[in-house]
Amino acid sequence: MMSLRETMLRGREARACRPWPRHVVDHSVWLRAARELGKGRGDMLGLWSDGAEVHMAILDHETSQIGLLSIDCPEGRFPSVAHLHPPAMRLERAIGDIYGLAAQGLPDRRRWLDHGRWGLRHPGRSSENSEPSGDAYAFLPAEGAPLHQIPVGPVHAGIIEPGHFRFSANGETVVRLEERLGYVHKGIERLMAGATLERAARLAGRVSGDSTVAYALAFARAVEAALEMEVPRRAVWLRALMAELERLANHFGDIGAICNDASFSLMHAHCGVMREHILRAAQVCFGHRLMMDRIVPGGVAADLSEEGVEALRAFLKTAERLVPNFVRLYGDTTSLQDRTVGAGFVRPELARQYACGGFVGRASGRAFDARRLPGYAPYDELNFKFGASTTGDVDGRIWVRFDEIRASLPLIEQILDRLPSGEIRAEASSCGETREGAALVEGFRGDIFVWAKLGASGVVERCHLRDPSWFQWPLLEAAIEGNIVADFPLCNKSFNCSYSGHDL
Amino acid sequence: MRKFLFQGLLRNPLTEAAPSPDQDALAELGASLARASRRRLGRSLSIREVDAGSCNGCELEIHALGNAIYDIERFGLRFVASPRHADVLLVTGPVTKNMREALERTYNATPDPKWVVAVGDCALNGGVFAGSYACVGAVAEVIPVDLHIKGCPPDPMALLKGLIALVEA
Repeated sequence: MMSLRETMLRGREARACRPWPRHVVDHSVWLRAARELGKGRGDMLGLWSDGAEVHMAILDHETSQIGLLSIDCPEGRFPSVAHLHPPAMRLERAIGDIYGLAAQGLPDRRRWLDHGRWGLRHPGRSSENSEPSGDAYAFLPAEGAPLHQIPVGPVHAGIIEPGHFRFSANGETVVRLEERLGYVHKGIERLMAGATLERAARLAGRVSGDSTVAYALAFARAVEAALEMEVPRRAVWLRALMAELERLANHFGDIGAICNDASFSLMHAHCGVMREHILRAAQVCFGHRLMMDRIVPGGVAADLSEEGVEALRAFLKTAERLVPNFVRLYGDTTSLQDRTVGAGFVRPELARQYACGGFVGRASGRAFDARRLPGYAPYDELNFKFGASTTGDVDGRIWVRFDEIRASLPLIEQILDRLPSGEIRAEASSCGETREGAALVEGFRGDIFVWAKLGASGVVERCHLRDPSWFQWPLLEAAIEGNIVADFPLCNKSFNCSYSGHDL
Repeated sequence: MRKFLFQGLLRNPLTEAAPSPDQDALAELGASLARASRRRLGRSLSIREVDAGSCNGCELEIHALGNAIYDIERFGLRFVASPRHADVLLVTGPVTKNMREALERTYNATPDPKWVVAVGDCALNGGVFAGSYACVGAVAEVIPVDLHIKGCPPDPMALLKGLIALVEA
């Protein structure tokens, strides 16, 4: 049997994509790779198109190396990966919507991001005008005499993003949940095409507002890889500081919000104050509560002052005192765990199959962390642990967040203690030829993959940004099965998938 | 849990002093608010938040309004689950074309008198997403807007100032 790695090498090497090789392959090798993925020999990290080719990023389990595969689509078709490896399903539907490239053999032919309201079809290629009256959408059937359907959204009851959920329920019990997303599709890939690096970085930082640091970092790293740029050491460390602050702020917010959905508002109140403390420290340190536009290709846009260091030390002191109390509060409240333990269980096989990242994957035993593999500076010089809980339910996803909070606090301390001095930004300039770069960065929600192609003049020709939610949303449909409808908000919040990041 | 509750009784509240209403916001509102409806509603407003394509950054800061530091409910402002219970729609995002109808329907489901507050730079003019095939742009192109709160995203204090102006205008 040929390994995934050998399969990947069976094409001609394309224009260098840094830091990982990209090979252009024919139909048979493409399908062989899909089959290997289907057998679980690797993780699919992304599947996207630039209009002419379709690309796939794969992490080979045998060698722990990442490689990119591409297939030419001169006739507007490519062999479907999804019929051999289901996680590719929605990605192939999206490629069809945006670029008009048909995945041959794709089991689900319904449109995904295109709701028939843009006034045109295939906006990423030669676009044809169409009537923006909205397409009908056929939800999958769930048949049987006692079953009823509950449509929810796109406008939800809380202050959250829009999406549609179609429940088929037998009394209180959910028999099938089907998601319909795409409501917040903003056409970011098309806006990226032709954008200057500065504008593209701003766009990348607004793919998903809660992960603005992680997206800006992933985009910057892809650009820097393409241009083979050296980033000043101080900037590298400051980036990690921002990333860990973002992770903490979101984990505190999530833990509070999950408990609130189980009507335990005490935790919500305390976590909300903690989150506010972090955002205010971020404001003092970098001049923006969410740290938007602070990471730019070449370095960072704001340096850390003495005042900022003090704000962070004060936060660390509070957090070290209070986090053990939060852990006890959650761990000792059995009436709360009555709701979270056993609810929304995700099977480990599914987490593995979907290469599901972040707390959803970790809680179901997939211990992947892009800070370790492929790894990036400065994490190779820092000590940190993974989340340890693997029970796969809402409770497990809360504990993984607690574990990550307890890992991120010492990381911030280490960074403050050892922060190198010097420059914070190098000039990102074009190198007179077309270049490609890619990056994988660990956001609070999971790994974000970015691929960018830069033109000779230094503008972005194409850029694809893959949110971790692409591989988490489908698992929510599986996790809710057999739970009662009233537990859906709890399960959904424990996933906290991004709508905006997914819809792009 | 007892310890947390006990501390809550003994400590000073974390809630901060109220900011003064934003002067620009007040001026913008003066034109759009009728006296009669003010009398009918009194000093309390129910708010329905509608994400019409935002990156979720605005939602994070709107969420923060509910925390113990800002405590929005002390001003008679509260978030409700249905547009049918709302006096105010708080709309974010560059109004994606896929959300346009949902926004219109939410607006139509909100009983009169009602106000629309457009939150964030995207809601003002499409922000960084202006010109996309998938976005309409300003909220004002879809439904009438009474007040804009600028920022990317506006911080909770800016949101609070704008909303207080809405009650006091």
